[in-house]
Amino acid sequence: MTEMGRSLPRLEARSKVTGRADYVHNMRVPGMLHAKIFRSTIAHGRILSIDTSAAREMEGVHSVLTGEDITRVMAKPYFGPAFHDQAILALEKVHFIGEPVAVVLADDPHVAAEAAKLILADYEELEAVFDEVEAVTSKAIVHDELKPAGTFADLKHLAGRRNTNVTLDYQLRRGDVEKAFAECDHVFEHTFRTQQVLHVPLESHASLAIPGHDSLVIHTSTQTPSFVRTEIARLLGWADNRVSVQVPFLGGGFGAKVYVKMEALAAALALLVKRPVKIALTMEEQFYTISKHATTFRIKSGVSKDGRIVARACDVWWNGGAYADIGPRVAQKTGFTAAGPYDIENVRIESTEVYTNRPPAGALRGFGVPQLVWAYESHTDMIARALGMDTVEFRRKNILREGRPQATGTAMRDAAIDKVLDCVAERMNWTAPFDRGAGAIKRGRGVGIGFKASISPTTSGAIVNISADGSIVLYTNTIDMGQGSDTGMAQLAAEVLNVPAESIKVVHGNTDVAPYDMGTLGSRSTFHMGNAVKLAAEDAKAKLAALAAEVGLPEGTNYDVKEIFRKRYGMQAGNVVGVGTYVPRYTPPDPKTGQSDNVTPFWMIGGTGAEVEVDTETGHVRVIRLVNVADAGKPINPKICRTQLSGGAIMQLGFTLTEDMVFDGGQVTNPSFADYKIPGFRDVPVMESELVTATQETGPFGAKGIGESSTFGVSPAIANAIEDAVGVRITELPIRPEAVLRALRAAEGRPLEAV
Amino acid sequence: MSETRTIRFTLNGRPASAAIQSHHNLVELLHQLGLFGARESCGQGLCGCCTVLVDDVAVSGCLYLALGVNGKSVTTIEHLDESGTLSPVQQAFIEAGAFQCGFCTPGFVLMTHQLLKQNPDPSEDEIRHYLAGNLCRCAAYPEIVEAVRLAARTMKQARA
Repeated sequence: MTEMGRSLPRLEARSKVTGRADYVHNMRVPGMLHAKIFRSTIAHGRILSIDTSAAREMEGVHSVLTGEDITRVMAKPYFGPAFHDQAILALEKVHFIGEPVAVVLADDPHVAAEAAKLILADYEELEAVFDEVEAVTSKAIVHDELKPAGTFADLKHLAGRRNTNVTLDYQLRRGDVEKAFAECDHVFEHTFRTQQVLHVPLESHASLAIPGHDSLVIHTSTQTPSFVRTEIARLLGWADNRVSVQVPFLGGGFGAKVYVKMEALAAALALLVKRPVKIALTMEEQFYTISKHATTFRIKSGVSKDGRIVARACDVWWNGGAYADIGPRVAQKTGFTAAGPYDIENVRIESTEVYTNRPPAGALRGFGVPQLVWAYESHTDMIARALGMDTVEFRRKNILREGRPQATGTAMRDAAIDKVLDCVAERMNWTAPFDRGAGAIKRGRGVGIGFKASISPTTSGAIVNISADGSIVLYTNTIDMGQGSDTGMAQLAAEVLNVPAESIKVVHGNTDVAPYDMGTLGSRSTFHMGNAVKLAAEDAKAKLAALAAEVGLPEGTNYDVKEIFRKRYGMQAGNVVGVGTYVPRYTPPDPKTGQSDNVTPFWMIGGTGAEVEVDTETGHVRVIRLVNVADAGKPINPKICRTQLSGGAIMQLGFTLTEDMVFDGGQVTNPSFADYKIPGFRDVPVMESELVTATQETGPFGAKGIGESSTFGVSPAIANAIEDAVGVRITELPIRPEAVLRALRAAEGRPLEAV
Repeated sequence: MSETRTIRFTLNGRPASAAIQSHHNLVELLHQLGLFGARESCGQGLCGCCTVLVDDVAVSGCLYLALGVNGKSVTTIEHLDESGTLSPVQQAFIEAGAFQCGFCTPGFVLMTHQLLKQNPDPSEDEIRHYLAGNLCRCAAYPEIVEAVRLAARTMKQARA
């Protein structure tokens, strides 16, 4: 029992510092063709014609293919986790600027890229819609018919509809909100917005498909190998076992690489031309592939005169872009937490996801929760200030305590919300005097706290294989994209089997050998795969003990594992294979009220404290300190957990201050690191990361996921700190200096001219 | 497309030659030679994932034409542990846990080597300033600072 809580370096550390770790980007095979994509230049329209003749004639071009060609190997070439709304290459219509329309294949990627520029497409332009609130009632309909995929247990309720952009309208009802608003002492209502941003892992999406006689191998940068295999097999009408999905390390994921991205196109092309095909996107192309929902959130609270929140109404609109991707699940699973981690008797939530003619939005580190926390923690702070209460005290008074029902009716269990808030306040030295700055530079501080439910119900399986020499291989389809899952899973197996984690080999991301896993996403792996690994290791341990008994080794004696196999098989031979499958219990929410007595297997809790300096002459905000606290249950590897915490918070810092996909008529105008600014060394404040003492009783050895928790509180903590410093409130992300300066000047009664 | 040219240069201490096209960049040249530690990410010289040393000076391999290394000496991340032992900087990156996905790590390691060569005892501000041209989306920045300081200490002790 020494592996839990041990901060050993990542198992693959050496291969990463020597540049020898494998990524799909490194991969090439003989006869491989490179694919380059020709993309739509209009936001919404019917395809009239595609002229590929000049591209075909270019020297070195192998072939040029369009959506019609894809139908020769995939009769219905539409895919997606929630709706089958994504054509592998556009058919009939295009839905956003950047949608793949045609592909050039060539031995030389430069030739393919040049030839793709020679393709011409004619469209009949259709009216487009870009705003998430307008899309609900717009006459511009992005998809003529909605085709639910029916793949996931939690999305089965999606019904086919026509003439609407609404992919999901989730609702929750608890108590009587209108009555409570009428009877309470104060009512507050505010609207908040977030911008469209994206993941930009430094390794862009890459897929390499290798066709066989009656099979297909896809090496790909995916977070969801099991889903990719099933979806590609479905598209081909094949049995799953003819498709093999293999995943090396990922150069970052953050949700960009969930479900099918380039895999279906690579698979179709490889089968069409009967040669290996590699698609490696450029950084610019990531901007046309997947992003994070822009949102509008109207939130209204009723508060009693002693500072109790008695009612909260939430209307959230999610801008899903042109493909639903996993957006409907974001709207539902995240939507039910929209009222925040507070104990409120009366709650109404409407969470609506819509199609628009923007690049698609999916899941990005927090699955929509950071957008919600931005609104409810800004709103909560504004209420406390209006009531003249300390903002931390106001939260403390209203926070959801252990055992109390959350808005869905599910009782909070193993959710250290109070501890996280207390720890943030303590670290911020909240009750002590604070230096408020001098001259034009004003200082302020703020907090934000959020929570997230895990996606449920989902399944994970693992295999632990003990060889006759006693060495152990762990097979898992959890993908290590930097979060340290190989190391953490090895630690869990090692804890059960009483060996050092470093001695265990982890085979990850191979659907030929590792069992089903729903996906490496939503901070679910430590809990779900962790439990599966623990079960598999326990199964192996029990089978080994049974084998020892069978060969006459007395129970409880210290015997060499090799000896068991030697006695049983007469030489070094044989294996012991332990299998574990884990699926937690779940009660689907009532479709009318959203009520459920078991809506999630565990809660993630994260809180942030921020200190800022605001330059009152320019509006520039400098974040000088970020304190990030989370409930990780009992952390498996505390050092890796802390790195996850600070990493997530810095990522969210980018989404708060600088990152923004800028659009002009549906065209992203800043698709590069030159104009889309992610945090670099000069942007990083003093970072403090802390894990509270907690246990997730149902987690493996008390552990749970932590990959997203530090993203929750960052944005509102900064906005709250800005108000604390200079008395102005920013309600839209990102917080640009211009917005702060405009607010300052407006507050002074000398507003800047509108642009 | 352009014509094929043959270039000769020193690669990680050994003579090398390659047939390349004039539009190929240094990252493509290295990939052609089986070295994948330098990676093209942003493609604009803004992220540092493609860092390579040319005559001991760090360059962005994605913007550096392969032809430009003709007659020069090229050092890549793969050279640092050719003796079988990790460099003090590599060791420090492991001990400090200064990476997550590892895609940007070779660039940071090479830049840190160059920094400590020029300034054996850098302050935190000097470290941040020097490494500002390298991006890490996993944002292991605090741990990278720790790694650079650790490497500086180790190298100082080795010199003493």
